[in-house]
Amino acid sequence: MTLRFHIPEENFADILVKAFTNRSFLTGFVITALVAAVAIVSFFWTPFDVTRLIIADKTQAPSPAHWFGTDHFGRDIFSMIMVGARNSIAVALVAVGIGMGVGVPLGALAAARGGIVDEAVMRLNDLVFAFPALLSAIMITAIFGPGALNAIIAIGIFNIPVFARVARAGALAIWPREFILAARAAGKGKALITIEHVLPNIVTLLLVQGTIQFALGILAEAGLSYVGLGTQPPMPSWGRMLFDAQTRMVAAPWMAIFPGMAIVVTVLGLNLLGDGIADILDPKSRRQR
Amino acid sequence: MTTYLLKRLTIALITLVLASMVVFAVLEIIPGDPARLMLGMNASADQVELLRNQMGLNAPVALRYLHWAGGLLSLDFGRSYTYSVPVIDLVRERIVVSLPLALIALALSTVIAIPVGLFSAGRHGRAGDTIAMGAAQLGVAVPNFWFALMLIYLFAVWLRLVPAGGFPGWSAGVWPALKSLVLPAIALALPQAAILARVTRSALIDVLNEDYIRTARAKGLPYRAVLWRHALRNAMIPVLTILGLQFAFLLAGTIIIENVFYLPGLGRLVFQAITQRDLIVVESVVMLLVAAVIAVNLLVDLSYAVVDPRLRSRQ
Repeated sequence: MTLRFHIPEENFADILVKAFTNRSFLTGFVITALVAAVAIVSFFWTPFDVTRLIIADKTQAPSPAHWFGTDHFGRDIFSMIMVGARNSIAVALVAVGIGMGVGVPLGALAAARGGIVDEAVMRLNDLVFAFPALLSAIMITAIFGPGALNAIIAIGIFNIPVFARVARAGALAIWPREFILAARAAGKGKALITIEHVLPNIVTLLLVQGTIQFALGILAEAGLSYVGLGTQPPMPSWGRMLFDAQTRMVAAPWMAIFPGMAIVVTVLGLNLLGDGIADILDPKSRRQR
Repeated sequence: MTTYLLKRLTIALITLVLASMVVFAVLEIIPGDPARLMLGMNASADQVELLRNQMGLNAPVALRYLHWAGGLLSLDFGRSYTYSVPVIDLVRERIVVSLPLALIALALSTVIAIPVGLFSAGRHGRAGDTIAMGAAQLGVAVPNFWFALMLIYLFAVWLRLVPAGGFPGWSAGVWPALKSLVLPAIALALPQAAILARVTRSALIDVLNEDYIRTARAKGLPYRAVLWRHALRNAMIPVLTILGLQFAFLLAGTIIIENVFYLPGLGRLVFQAITQRDLIVVESVVMLLVAAVIAVNLLVDLSYAVVDPRLRSRQ
C-alpha cells in the first residue's frame, strides 16, 4: 500500500522557504538532528567505553578528560549520555510506531463507519486512557518482570488511543468535504476513500501528534527506567542514570545534572519541531495537547 | 441535561467494569499459585489444595471475577501475601500521603497556570507573552523527577530549608507533614502548570477572536472585565479537559515522585509489592488509581455542563 502525500495547494519550494524562516522549526530541527546524530555516532565511537568499569576513576568532577565527569563506577557520563540517546530514541520511536500503527487505522475506521463501530472504538479508547502508561508498565512488570520491552509496550499501548482520537477527529472533518462526495459518486468504497483521500489529508495532524508523542515517550521512558521498570543496567539509559545519581547528589551533583539536561534538550527540540511543523503546514491548526 | 449526565455516567461505569476485567485478567495470567506462595515451598500438595479451596481459587473464572469485583465494591481488596493484613489497611495508611500530595500539586499548578495563561493571552505576541511561553516550553520538557532532584539539591542540600525526603506522618502535626510535601508538590506541579498555561493561553486567544468579545469591548467594557468575565469562562472547556487528563498524569507522577522523596505513599507501596511479588497489592492499587482516573474524568464531563449552559438546555 502506498500513501500519496499530496500536500494541498502549496508547492514544495514554498514550504521550504517557510520552514527556514520559522524559528520554532529551525531550532527544533537542529536540536533533534543533533540528538539523532549523537545517537548514531555512539554506535561507532564514544570518548570512553561505557561497558568498562574503572573504579579508580569513580565520581570525578567534570574535567577536560571527562567533560561531564564520571559516575560511581568510573564510567564517563558524556559517553553514557551518548549511548543513552540511542536507547531513548529507540524506545520512543517504537512506542510511537505502535500507537500510530494501531491507533490510526482504528480512528479512521471509526470515522468511516460511524454508529456502533465508532462507539466501540471510543469506549476502547476510554478504557486505555484510564491506564496511564506508568500503571500499564506496573502491571506488565508484575507479569513479565522489568525490562526495556515493557516500557515500549506500556508507552505504545498508551499512545494508541491518542492517535485513534486524532485520526478520528481529523477524518470526521474530511468526510463531509466535496471531493469525498465526488469519490463516493465515482463508486469508490469507504476503505479506498480512506486510503486515497482521507489519510493523505490528515498526515499533517498525525505528524505533529507524532512529534509530541515522541517527546512524551522519551519522558515516559526516562520515568520508567528511573523507577526500575524500564531499561535495565548495564545498558545506559538517562532515567537509570538519574536513579544512580539520586543517592550521590551531595558528592557528585554532575551525575544528576547532565543526564537530566540531555532529556530536557531532547524533549524541547522535539516539541519545538512539532510546533514548527504545525505552523508551516497548517497555520490555522492550533495544537491540542 | 439529564440525558447528557446519564450518558456520561453510563460510559464511566462501562469503562470501570471493563477496566476491572482487564486487571482481573492480568491477575489470572500471572504464573504462580497464590496458595503455594502463601504456604511456602515445604507445604504438601494436600495443604495447598485445601487453601486453594478456602481461597475460592478452584471456582470457575466468572464466579471468581464476581467475587473479586464484589469485594472491591465493599472495599475488601483481599489480604496482602507478605504483610498478612487486609490490603485496604495498607491502602488507608498510604493514601493519606498520596492524595494530599496530588491535590496540592493540582491546586498549585492551576493557581500558577491560569494567571500565566491570562497574562500571555492578554499580551499576545508581545515580549511578556514570548518570555512566559518560552518558560512554559521549557517547563513542558522537564521531567518531574529530575526537577525534584534539582529542588532537593537547591533547597534541602544547599539552603537546608526543607527536609530532603521522608514523611513524619500527620500525627507529628500538620505543619511538619505539609513541610515535607512542599518540594514534592512543587516538583509535580510546575511541569503540569507549563502544559496548562499553554492550553489556557491558546484557548483564550481563540475566544478573544470571537465576535461577542468585540461586541463586549464595543459596549465599552474594560479589557480586564472582558478577559475575566467573557473570555475565561468560554475558554474553560479545553482547560477543564486538560485538567482531567492531568489528574491521571499527576497520580502516575505521584508514584514516581514518592520514590524521589522517600514518601510512604501508594507509589512506594506498589514498588515494594512488585519486588516482593505481592500481586494482590499491586492489582488493588492499580485498580484504585484507575477508578480515580475514571471518576475524575466523569467529574470533568459533568463540569462541562456547569460551565456551558448550552449543554444544560440541550435535550
